[in-house]
Amino acid sequence: MELTEKTLDYNARTSLLKSLSWFDWLYALVLAGGSIYAFQLYGNYMDAYEKGILFLAAAGMIWQGWFWKPFRVLLLAVAILSLFGISQYHGQLARAEQTFFLKFFFGSQTAIMWMSALFVLATASYWFALLTRSGFTARVSSAITWSAVVMGLVGLMTRWYESYLISPDVGHIPISNLYEVFILFSILTAMMYLYYELRYQNRQLGAFVLLVISAAVGFLLWYTFDRQAHEIQPLVPALQSYWMKIHVPANFIGYGAFALAAMVGVAYLLASKGILTTRLPAPELLDDLMYKSIAIGFALFTIATILGAMWAAEAWGGYWSWDPKETWALIVWLNYAAWLHLRLVKGLRGPLLAWWAVIGLFVTVFAFLGVNMFLSGLHSYGTL
Amino acid sequence: MPFLNIVNHPNSSHRNPAQNLYELLSSMRFAISLLTVLAIASIIGTVLKQNEPYPNYIMQFGQFWFQTFEMLGLYDVYHSSWFLTILAFLILSTSLCIYRNTPLMLREMRSFREHATENSLRAFSHQAEYTTSLPADTLTHRLGKYLLGQGFRAKLGAPGESGDILIAAKSGSYHRIGYLLTHTAIVVICLGGLIDGNIPLKAQQLLGWKKIETRDIPEREVSAASRLSPANLSFRGGVTIPEGAGADVIFINIADGYLVQDLPFDIMLKKFRVEHYPTGQPKSFESDITLIDKATKESVSRTISVNHPLVYKGIAIYQASFGDGGTRLSMKGWNLFSPTDQPFDMKGAVKQDTKLSNGGATYTVEFTEFRKFNIENFAGEDGGTSAMDNLNKFFQTGSTKRAQKDLRNVGPSFQYKIRDAQGQAREYFNYMLPIQFEDRWYLLSGMRMAPNEPFRYIRFPLDRQSNIDGFMRLRAVLLDKQTHPEIARHFAEFALQGEKTDPALRAKLVDSTIRILDVFASGGYEAMAKLIEKSVPAAEQDKVAQTYLKILESSTLSAWRIAQSRIGQPVVMDEITQGFVRDSLNSVSDLFSYGAPVYLQLAEFDEVMASGLQLTRSPGKNIVYGGSALLVLGVFFMFYIRERRVWLLVQPRLGTVLFATSTNRKTMDFEQEFNRHKTHLIVLLKE
Repeated sequence: MELTEKTLDYNARTSLLKSLSWFDWLYALVLAGGSIYAFQLYGNYMDAYEKGILFLAAAGMIWQGWFWKPFRVLLLAVAILSLFGISQYHGQLARAEQTFFLKFFFGSQTAIMWMSALFVLATASYWFALLTRSGFTARVSSAITWSAVVMGLVGLMTRWYESYLISPDVGHIPISNLYEVFILFSILTAMMYLYYELRYQNRQLGAFVLLVISAAVGFLLWYTFDRQAHEIQPLVPALQSYWMKIHVPANFIGYGAFALAAMVGVAYLLASKGILTTRLPAPELLDDLMYKSIAIGFALFTIATILGAMWAAEAWGGYWSWDPKETWALIVWLNYAAWLHLRLVKGLRGPLLAWWAVIGLFVTVFAFLGVNMFLSGLHSYGTL
Repeated sequence: MPFLNIVNHPNSSHRNPAQNLYELLSSMRFAISLLTVLAIASIIGTVLKQNEPYPNYIMQFGQFWFQTFEMLGLYDVYHSSWFLTILAFLILSTSLCIYRNTPLMLREMRSFREHATENSLRAFSHQAEYTTSLPADTLTHRLGKYLLGQGFRAKLGAPGESGDILIAAKSGSYHRIGYLLTHTAIVVICLGGLIDGNIPLKAQQLLGWKKIETRDIPEREVSAASRLSPANLSFRGGVTIPEGAGADVIFINIADGYLVQDLPFDIMLKKFRVEHYPTGQPKSFESDITLIDKATKESVSRTISVNHPLVYKGIAIYQASFGDGGTRLSMKGWNLFSPTDQPFDMKGAVKQDTKLSNGGATYTVEFTEFRKFNIENFAGEDGGTSAMDNLNKFFQTGSTKRAQKDLRNVGPSFQYKIRDAQGQAREYFNYMLPIQFEDRWYLLSGMRMAPNEPFRYIRFPLDRQSNIDGFMRLRAVLLDKQTHPEIARHFAEFALQGEKTDPALRAKLVDSTIRILDVFASGGYEAMAKLIEKSVPAAEQDKVAQTYLKILESSTLSAWRIAQSRIGQPVVMDEITQGFVRDSLNSVSDLFSYGAPVYLQLAEFDEVMASGLQLTRSPGKNIVYGGSALLVLGVFFMFYIRERRVWLLVQPRLGTVLFATSTNRKTMDFEQEFNRHKTHLIVLLKE
């Protein structure tokens, strides 16, 4: 006899809706209100897809905040600081260099520099915490990382606004070139790490994950100072599409997750060789984190690649052209598909998969950077 | 790609070969190998540029390797038979894997495994046993409630012989649907892709029904064997249409040739537009097109642009590129080595040839390109010496600019090749408008011998009226040996002004001036250097060279006075004139390496653009999208629905409850859940 709820009407699970606090509802209200306000202000300038993206993004962020509580505070902080920053411009781009708050805090360039500095500081701090086993320093490191994420997002928001100040037809979401997506990558990787930090109650891995973010920051600084890549460039015709708003972030969640997995893989390999073993979490935890992060990365990368194909069908006349970027995306995808098969189906664990995750990062980096540097094709939006 | 818990078939050594093959093809090992091989094979096509014109490959690799690579299909890896074979194996392997595992999966999904025995439960890695004094009824009720509350579906077994009651529960069965969805998706996507691929075309080629056209002939002369009918299911090709013209075919490039695809409609291009941002980067590319259906005579007018194609009866029309559609050019031709200083008129059009005769020789002028704008960077470097990158590249690329920039639009330019009777060609790049360097204005003309070289520029100085005419008059006088005695006399008079000199000395000065002018007129500075090297002792070469140069410059000034007096113009002696004369001298010397007897100065143009359209019909697209949706759904099912089973064996006779749990994916969450159940059960089983 199969038991049914009718015979035994008793429910021990608490549903998501019932578990929400007043703050959750306030958060949702602010987001819903904000998106409606934005719609009223700018709805006339949006096409149907962009309107859809606006409301779905709001809904997605409400869900994200309910699911991962610190996200609510992050989002509200970014919103308040960005709006304050934007209010300081008075519609003049030049004020980014003149007004106190913009020049030293919230002007896009300054905020991004703050983000860079804070990420590097957090890396050093996490390492100090790891080596001295200082719980307090580790908590401070988390706080610094959170601040870096806030400043990075504020920087992107004000940059978005600045692009419209240059000229309304130049204005666009700041995820259109290599410089901007590197900022996005740093932020997303840090956010995913912070999520797992809370989830696993473990701050030791920050030392490793922040290393890859610092590397990205290093690249960003070189790109800024040597190549002046921070200058806002107008969009080439091929990029003027709503697809960019969904394709690029999905891709970078994928890249960020793969980077996170690789750094956990490094920690795993070191621990298995007896280096830092007592300071790092148990191998089971590392293994689990590596799997979870590759899983989410794979899921989002799959979506991103499909979205990319749909965009390509609209811009280039074919959903798949075997363009080097597309092909390398496929290679990355195949690589992690193989990884997941080994792990899930074969039940494989241990150093081999950790090595594979680390090598996977190199494949990913090549797909994301190397293709632009060495191979030519349709996708060369970010040449060095 | 079978799951771990599939039990190995017994007697594997006794299977027949077909069964062995089936085992291999549907095995995990084989699947992983295929994924790896596919990834590696894909790399080849990203490293080697695909579908380039064959001569490029020959130049790059040489004849031997070119042929080897061609045999291996490396110029179009993704459509080569070996690549398609790998894909076919992937489809086969995945299909077999689905075929092999689906029944098992469905059984697993439905089953509660309520027949598990006590012994088998005790063999589980995750199990615990509790003692309890509660009656069996209370126990089953409480435990059942607990499991349902935890999101399990549960089945209560009938009491066994010993009075034992088994509650079997499961959760997350849809996890296994995820497996089915993802693997079916891969097959669906590959099949959709194959429909849009060129397999039918390849087959027709192999059978000899279709033949690739490799000759560069007018479209209507292409034979039926190289044409595809409008009924063709799937195609992707392009066509370039000049403004005001139309087309009813597209060209599909294959290997070293092409096929002509007939369309069911005519496309007319009314206008093509490029808009620019203030910084010069292109902002939009738009074509106003009209389609006229051949069958229904229906006509559709629409503006298409990048990211905004037009779809008509399943055929999508995209803005793909643009070019020149035969801009009409009016030029002034300046003979560079003749004594005449008047230009001749010349007409031409881009992508067309014009004959030109000069002296006894005939040349062909091939006009290759016209550009309305040239945005040059004048910062720091000597701008204009580097040829501008083609605007066309902005179609696909963004650009990151260097720090120092001083971008200026220097106006239109055009490009042409001058080919002599032997077929030797040199390429020229001329700006229409003068460009300023250090306060002086010049007309620039670039020359190169080969397409991979940068242009080297000659600068024609402008006269006080901002025309090139002054330079041309001076050049005519300077290169005309008949006038050299006159120049020399003029110079000698000027140089020896007011001095009582020996007539013999004066004659000597005139003679050497004539000689210097003659040598210069025969080959510029280089000829003078050669002469000095040959006839002057090494120790004195420098000194002599200095003297010669002085004489040359001063006598050029005389030549300028003569040239001006011929048209009744006075010469103002000042910095400007001196600068002009020095520049002119340099330019005249450069003419000897200019390589063409004429300089074509653009006077007027009438721009005609052409739009590059890409047309596709891809019936597989929606199949691929459908497969993609399945894939995403399946991936989420697989990752985020965890399958768990719980058994609770109530043994009233012993007063114990045996708890066992299993999952097909052991993760930390599962361990945590196991521990949570254990602590909950302790509480539940208390009085």
